[in-house]
Amino acid sequence: MTNQIPIAEGLFTWPAAKPALLGSRCRNCGIVSFPVSSTCMACSSQDMEIEELPGRGTLWTWTIQQFMPKSPYRSDETPETFRPYGVGYVELPGGVRVEGRLTENDPNKLQIGMEMDVVFEPYRTEENGDEIINFFFRPVR
Amino acid sequence: MDVAIVGIGMHPFGRTPSRSGLQQGAYAARMALQDAGAQWRDMQFAFGGSASAGSADALVNELGLTGVPFINVANGCATGGSSLIAAYNAIKSGEFELGLVAGFDKHERGAFNADPEALGIGKWYGEVGMMMTTQFFAMKIQKYMYDYNISESTLAKVAEKAFINGSKNPNAWRTEPIGVEEITDSMMVNDPLTKFMFCSPSEGGVALVLCRAEKAEKYTDSPVYLKAATLKSRRFGSFEVFAPSQALDQVEGPTVDASRAAFEMAAVGPDDIDVMQLQDTEVGAEIMHMAENGFCEHGEQESLIQSGETRIGGSMPINTDGGCIANGEPIGASGLRQVYENVLQLRGQADEHQVPNEPKLAYTHVYGAPGISAVTILQR
Repeated sequence: MTNQIPIAEGLFTWPAAKPALLGSRCRNCGIVSFPVSSTCMACSSQDMEIEELPGRGTLWTWTIQQFMPKSPYRSDETPETFRPYGVGYVELPGGVRVEGRLTENDPNKLQIGMEMDVVFEPYRTEENGDEIINFFFRPVR
Repeated sequence: MDVAIVGIGMHPFGRTPSRSGLQQGAYAARMALQDAGAQWRDMQFAFGGSASAGSADALVNELGLTGVPFINVANGCATGGSSLIAAYNAIKSGEFELGLVAGFDKHERGAFNADPEALGIGKWYGEVGMMMTTQFFAMKIQKYMYDYNISESTLAKVAEKAFINGSKNPNAWRTEPIGVEEITDSMMVNDPLTKFMFCSPSEGGVALVLCRAEKAEKYTDSPVYLKAATLKSRRFGSFEVFAPSQALDQVEGPTVDASRAAFEMAAVGPDDIDVMQLQDTEVGAEIMHMAENGFCEHGEQESLIQSGETRIGGSMPINTDGGCIANGEPIGASGLRQVYENVLQLRGQADEHQVPNEPKLAYTHVYGAPGISAVTILQR
């Protein structure tokens, strides 16, 4: 069986029956940070509580990355196999706007305000066969 | 006590394979000294910066070992602005009378590849391909166009103006005008921005000689006074480059904060400014920065740009030397290029790119990662 490893520790719950992005809520001012942080950027408090972020939100803005970035970009692609990818900020109700890769890369299928789900999918495969899992936003159909 | 700019020098921007970044900085420094009729050994201090072309203080190897205290400044796109603030304060404190500010750079071709960990962001952010300044600017203007009805044709017109102004400036990198259609039809980079709507990393150097205002006549008969120099970093809730997340409640960004502080310091308002150089990393940045710096309301850019008001002969001339779009961006020198251009404008020495009617007040603005902005106001 393929070993699936999250792209970064503590970014989302993994493995989990229903994985979710992880943020931290400030016990002093209530502001949510993503990724999890030990200090609140709003009020400098260090009294933070980790919580799961909502799995559905709305697209706040977006773009398509049309050329292959240089390092530190790290995917399985070569300049020949590179496929443009979408990036956007999704507003998660009661929480925060999170920047993430989109599963959609067709500009005609993306609109500010549309509903998006957080999904967790393989991003690249390591030399030893391990699959690296990342979070993506997918338009709700 | 006021501070005056009494000498300016610039190495042309673009690509100069025969000279290192440091040599381009030295070239600019020698020009600035000559312009002021001063000698390198007269300099009581120097501040300078370079992001990719070595230590700025290595300029002493090029210019001569005089014992001058030379302090390196590293502040991303605001490096030049920060050097200027340091020089301003050095003179204003009464400690020094005369000194030099220099910035130079020489970058590789292609988009900047920033290191997320150097900015306190997880490695994953770069691995998945989000450590891209171009994406931020694209997403910011995408949202802005949606909120304020800015058209795609207006995006192209900003680039068209940049190339027209660049064609009038012998120090610019891009010196051929490019039409609206060619700009719109060029390769899409980050929707809605095409290749010709972006600036590219480049090379170049700029230097300035500054002195205590009452000594200015000794060096020049056309002193330009630094009435304000401000720098701000982002506050919580502003939408900035390299941000894995942002707050639901948005506040004004560092550009608005730096701009307000500068107008207060100079005791003038946006309506008083005759010529302005605004950070145009790409066309959307110029559009949004017009409003963020107080020169118009959000959304007014559409009619101002379509009617040509931001051209050299218009009521609000912006980026009269072609801006970053026609000059490229050597990080260490970019902010000082704007000041160089404004000094030319205020002296009436900008030749083909000279703004008419003898401008008296000029404004510069830079913006960069991870959410910093620097502004200057110059007066003749």
